[in-house]
Amino acid sequence: MKIAIASGKGGTGKTTVATNLALAAARSGRRVAYVDCDVEEPNGHLFLKPLITSARAIGRMHPKVDDDKCTHCGLCGEICQYSAIVCVGQKVLVYPELCHACGGCTLVCRPGAITEVLRETGKLEAGMAEAGAAVAIHFVQGVLNIGEAMSTPLIRQVKAEFKGEELRIVDCPPGTSCPVIESVRDAEMVLLVTEPTPFGLNDLTLAVEMVRAMKLPFAVVINRTGIGDRKTQEYCRREGIEIMAEIPDDRRVAEAYSKGLLACEAVPEFRLCMEGLLDRLCGVDGLASRNLPQEAAR
Amino acid sequence: MNGLVTLGADKAPRARQLTVISGKGGTGKTSLVACFAALSRNAVLADCDVDAADLHLVVEPRVIRREAFTGGKRARIKADQCTACGKCEQLCRFGAIGFDGPGNSFLKQTFCVNPIACEGCGVCHWFCPAEAIEFLPAVNGEWFISETRFGPMVHAKLGVAAENSGKLVSMVRSEAMRIAGERGCDFVLVDGSPGIGCPVIASVTGADLVLVVTEPTLSGLHDLERVADLTRHFGIPTMVCINKWDLNAEVSGNIEAMARQRGLHLAGRVRYDRAVTEAQVQRKTTVEYRQDGSAADIRDLWEQIKAKVGSADAEPA
Repeated sequence: MKIAIASGKGGTGKTTVATNLALAAARSGRRVAYVDCDVEEPNGHLFLKPLITSARAIGRMHPKVDDDKCTHCGLCGEICQYSAIVCVGQKVLVYPELCHACGGCTLVCRPGAITEVLRETGKLEAGMAEAGAAVAIHFVQGVLNIGEAMSTPLIRQVKAEFKGEELRIVDCPPGTSCPVIESVRDAEMVLLVTEPTPFGLNDLTLAVEMVRAMKLPFAVVINRTGIGDRKTQEYCRREGIEIMAEIPDDRRVAEAYSKGLLACEAVPEFRLCMEGLLDRLCGVDGLASRNLPQEAAR
Repeated sequence: MNGLVTLGADKAPRARQLTVISGKGGTGKTSLVACFAALSRNAVLADCDVDAADLHLVVEPRVIRREAFTGGKRARIKADQCTACGKCEQLCRFGAIGFDGPGNSFLKQTFCVNPIACEGCGVCHWFCPAEAIEFLPAVNGEWFISETRFGPMVHAKLGVAAENSGKLVSMVRSEAMRIAGERGCDFVLVDGSPGIGCPVIASVTGADLVLVVTEPTLSGLHDLERVADLTRHFGIPTMVCINKWDLNAEVSGNIEAMARQRGLHLAGRVRYDRAVTEAQVQRKTTVEYRQDGSAADIRDLWEQIKAKVGSADAEPA
């Protein structure tokens, strides 16, 4: 089963839920993979402390122009929608950071002056985290190089790892745009982690719009209940969205987090909460059909 | 007289642009930007967290102008002209073409573009032998110019699952600068998004000063390092502030040591204070809601930033 942990707003506890859920699953004897798709700011490793056993550079293609063959016809610049290749007089300029690697320029180039070359844009690191669990957790993360604008190609590669595990927990970046879309795309369940504040609720409604547009089954986890107000719970009830867990605000959880400790280890109530969440996620048959009633109702 | 006024306007200094980012999400960027707006009284606000914008919840803008944002093009297959040759599917690098379109008078099924996966490259449109693929500008969102109780604001809403957030960010910023010029405002305050990717790059390039808001956690420290690498990469002067510093004084010390080592300017510390969330629930900025506690820290912080962003030494190191 593929579970994506996402949120509109940043800092609501995605990584806390994802890493602790992975630990709870491994302790219950499940084969679990933790997949960190927040390649701009990956943090799961701080908590799971994996032993990285393989690391490789990930690249993406961009065009390279052979000046001897180029006839300066300008078709490459014409097909490119991203201004990544521009024909100026007798010169063709390439801006690799803007390139989406669609291959259009290579295809239109009649003299065959354009080839595609690989450029490193990030790293993929994989390994195992023991974390005192009965079964080790498979760990993989992507780390985007500084200055790279596009993270989706790297996210795609990260997601291709550990496809076979019983449970795949995908830690997503915040927001609702392209990197998040790529991360949640094939999830069988999206858990939207939020906090009960006006900002949290506003961003939750955006995230709900996103998963509904993508027709993905989803549920909500409310973190730090007790702060803010009750409007998030009211919103979920009104919209018929299942709240799979409510995690009370607890300074001990924040302290464990600040030190890079798994809250499951430090706070027994938190561990129970994660075990309950895992049961709800795994114990229910026909998971893929969940939350579809609202789809029908809309 | 008239000539003098014109001369003065020509010489008026450009508004100084402060971009607030964090690397890690949820460290308090938006709450701080709202406070700075309340304290400066002479700024244009620009909410550049276009896919999870929250600033409007506190400053309650009254929209005076609303525009569609056209960020790129989208391919669409005209089912009645599709011959199902499969060329588009073969050429698409984004897996955006499926054989699940409606039938037509010759075929039971045609090809169809999945708009969520489509990156708008236009390759399918260019090479379709039947010329059955349209490639038209797509509306990717909306942007607004508003009035708030603290002055003008430019903000935006990216469409669900839409692309081009970087382009939208650049637009919001340049509109804010234009308004600041028109009204003679001293500052443009940019609320950025988390991460280090496309919208963040679009919100920091060309800014006079970047303020990174972090928190005293290992994640905060780790993400600060990456985001500081980013601003150094683009040569932008950078200040650091630690929000909720007293949640872990030891990590706060480590963050400040790291910042000093990298030549980043320390802007200040803001203590942990439940008043920040309480103010948010009341749709107020922290400095309107309280005078003491974190509100006092935020006032000191703003004085530090104001001195830096307005001074000549806000130059890249």
